[in-house]
Amino acid sequence: MIALLPLLFAAVVHAQTIAIVGGRVFPVSGPPIDGGTVIIRDGRIAAVGRDVAIPEGAQRIDASGKWVTPGIINPATQLGLIEVGQVGETRNATARGRDETRVNAAFTVWDGLNPLSVLFAPARNEGITTVAVMPAGGLVSGQAALVDIVDGGVSEMLVRSPIAMIAQIGNPQGANVSSRGELLLRLRELLEDSRAYGRRRADYERAQTREFAASRLDLEAMQQVLAGRVPLLVVADKASDIEAALRLAREYGVRLIIGSGAEAWMVADKLVAAKVPVMVGSMVNIPGSFATLGARQENAGLLRRAGVDVALIGTGSDPDAYNVRNIKQEAGNAVAYGMTWDDALRAITLTPAEIFGVADRYGSLQPGRVANVVIWSGDPFELSTRVEHVFVRGVRSMSPSRQDELMTRYKTLPPSYRNP
Amino acid sequence: MTRIALLTLVTTALACASSGATSGGPSQAAVPADTGARGPTGDGGISAPLADPFPSTYQAPPSRPTVIRNVTILTAAGPRIENGAILLRDGKIAAVGASVEAPADAIVIDGAGKFVTPGIIDTHSHMGVYAAPGVEANSDGNEATNPVTAHVWAEHSVWPQDPQFPRALAGGITTAQILPGSANLIGGRSVVLKIVPARTVQGMKFPGAKYGLKMACGENPKRVYASRGPSTRMGNVAGYRNAWIQAEAYRRRWDKWLADKKGDPPQRDLGNETLAEVLRGNILVHNHCYRADEMAQMIDIAKEFGYKIRSFHHGVEAYKVADLLARDSISASIWADWGAFKMEALDAVKANMALVHQAGARTVVHSDDPSGIQRLNQEAAKGIAAGAALGITISEDEAIKWLTLHPAWSLGLDDRIGSIAVGKNADIVLWSGNPFSVYTRAERVWIDGAQMFDRSDPNEAWRTDFELGFVRRGDR
Repeated sequence: MIALLPLLFAAVVHAQTIAIVGGRVFPVSGPPIDGGTVIIRDGRIAAVGRDVAIPEGAQRIDASGKWVTPGIINPATQLGLIEVGQVGETRNATARGRDETRVNAAFTVWDGLNPLSVLFAPARNEGITTVAVMPAGGLVSGQAALVDIVDGGVSEMLVRSPIAMIAQIGNPQGANVSSRGELLLRLRELLEDSRAYGRRRADYERAQTREFAASRLDLEAMQQVLAGRVPLLVVADKASDIEAALRLAREYGVRLIIGSGAEAWMVADKLVAAKVPVMVGSMVNIPGSFATLGARQENAGLLRRAGVDVALIGTGSDPDAYNVRNIKQEAGNAVAYGMTWDDALRAITLTPAEIFGVADRYGSLQPGRVANVVIWSGDPFELSTRVEHVFVRGVRSMSPSRQDELMTRYKTLPPSYRNP
Repeated sequence: MTRIALLTLVTTALACASSGATSGGPSQAAVPADTGARGPTGDGGISAPLADPFPSTYQAPPSRPTVIRNVTILTAAGPRIENGAILLRDGKIAAVGASVEAPADAIVIDGAGKFVTPGIIDTHSHMGVYAAPGVEANSDGNEATNPVTAHVWAEHSVWPQDPQFPRALAGGITTAQILPGSANLIGGRSVVLKIVPARTVQGMKFPGAKYGLKMACGENPKRVYASRGPSTRMGNVAGYRNAWIQAEAYRRRWDKWLADKKGDPPQRDLGNETLAEVLRGNILVHNHCYRADEMAQMIDIAKEFGYKIRSFHHGVEAYKVADLLARDSISASIWADWGAFKMEALDAVKANMALVHQAGARTVVHSDDPSGIQRLNQEAAKGIAAGAALGITISEDEAIKWLTLHPAWSLGLDDRIGSIAVGKNADIVLWSGNPFSVYTRAERVWIDGAQMFDRSDPNEAWRTDFELGFVRRGDR
């Protein structure tokens, strides 16, 4: 489940001890430290503070005038799952499934992850160190994973898998049903049957149960959701759909996360009461469908002020691959529309780490945490800010992307290109 | 998040092709009036140049003289004016400088810590033709029934009650070109709108603005028409050329008849009429074209038939042929960071805007997106930053032109809008701070000197008919 060890091992081999000194340090788990020091050793954060001794032999990085934060986490992407949007052979985020309703609970999307996607480097070069990779489509899309953007294979990249089971209420056509109520019905049927299956596995193997609404592997995959080990991330925008998800989760004792949540601000009190976190974009304000009539840019700030745990996600092309980096712009716009700056930073670092159960290792700068650290020229949300250094698991990780190579090539045309 | 993701990109790809060809040269010295300057209205049987069968009924709303003082002004006409002042009167910019004389009846606004810019102009929008909510019944942007639909006019699809309009206004947009989609080689006529509430599209039309023609290269047409053709890029090119051959014959036939009026007039044809107007220089060509090599071919086609391309839209590879764009005075209407949603968008780079700028061509920040249009200032800021990362320094005083003067030029309106100069239309945005900051929002927007948006007063906010009851007041 947690494939961290081999990589840390690699990190031990490559990583030096690094002392980032003099920067404005944002641990997220505590107040900012001006002129703070961050020590990275063996892929982990060894120390954070103002009066920290710098170990002998440590490589010093002067961060005076710079801002230092945890690596940014984008909690809803298809990075590595989609290379070119309209090229089918590069799309690996969906399962067709065997039944019409498209229940794909057993679909572990990271099995199709391409670690060599050229889109990883642009994301990492802009300070994104960790992303959730998510399946899409159907009623139950499958299981999501959290990965670090490190060089290596999928098993090296994985931080935790699964982190959530993805389902949706809001797009009946996507599940080949006729109404939102029917989506609920199908979800309830799946949960009922999964529960029955879990209690009667032996009977099932002897074909002594009634017919279930999902395949054996899907029923099996749902057990971790019923047991509360893996949360159910329900993609829903309409306030009444969010309320329906809350009822369903309560009924079956399922841990719930709301994703997309355009109208979540309308039911903020209920989300607080149920302690359900929400993942929303900050630039959603168009009544683009009858499910998002109440969309407004203040959503994230209103939810947070009400006491909801809020993680920010991309607005534009939803689980996105190409512009994973724009999660920082989401944070800036959330601030412009009422979220506090501290909460916005938290919403792309520690809060997603908490939602996905990895806050003991990710999302903050504290001793013992995985050393995903970014040094910025200034405010990380500001569009003019540039990334100076990115450390992933303690390893300095910026490298020219394909996009960088194109820009360099065309900045001054190579001789063979000078003729139009 | 999952819901829209993939769909969005697919729709976008289809929706977002705008092309325009134009032969208009640099703008005229005389400043045309913004009311009533129409070409002759043809009777229904006559294919008359500059005909205006759906004339604008826009009238500048009543306004009081307004002074904004103690404010940083990005003029798009020269260096910024720190602690400057501007006077809007009778719909025009009446004075601008370190200080201005405030008339006795003027509204005076203190702009301390704030910025003033010209109204933002988007060369590429589908507001109104792909209105929200995005249901099938509101899908009016692509007449995808024939690869050449030069006969359709985007304005006949525009729904003035699209809730996307007031949101664009709140992002500082004062003028937008609404284009047909990119399913077709030649998609039809665009229309230039002022972002104002109105019952009819005529009430939004920018008086005297030239029409645009939308053309589209590459993947979209060949995908949409794969079964009947064109199904290849070479089929696309044959399609454009065949259309222009017919259009040129039509133009000659009609110009001859219009000159001598001998005998019965030739048969009128809406599609060829639009194309003939391009050949006469009366309609500007806006050409959706992603790839550099295709842009070079479209330039050759334009030369073959004697028209000019005013702007390449979505030119994610504009940076590869920026020298050609500069040479032929073609602007690049581009995104800051969209890419890889299809093969022809694969080579998108964030320094596209900066590289085009560096080559001396006009960079235009465009949206093609009802969300992006609300934050074009942020997209320009990304473009500046990407340039800086590549060692290309572009000042904010220059980059403001990407949002104002260059799109105005692309629409043939740079004599009236797009910069802050005395005599130009008083389309003005007051920003809460530096418009290139992620935290800055448009606070107030004026069009023709009338305040159309004030963020501090949600009760006065423009709510479209659709929103009444469905969208609660202040919920945006």
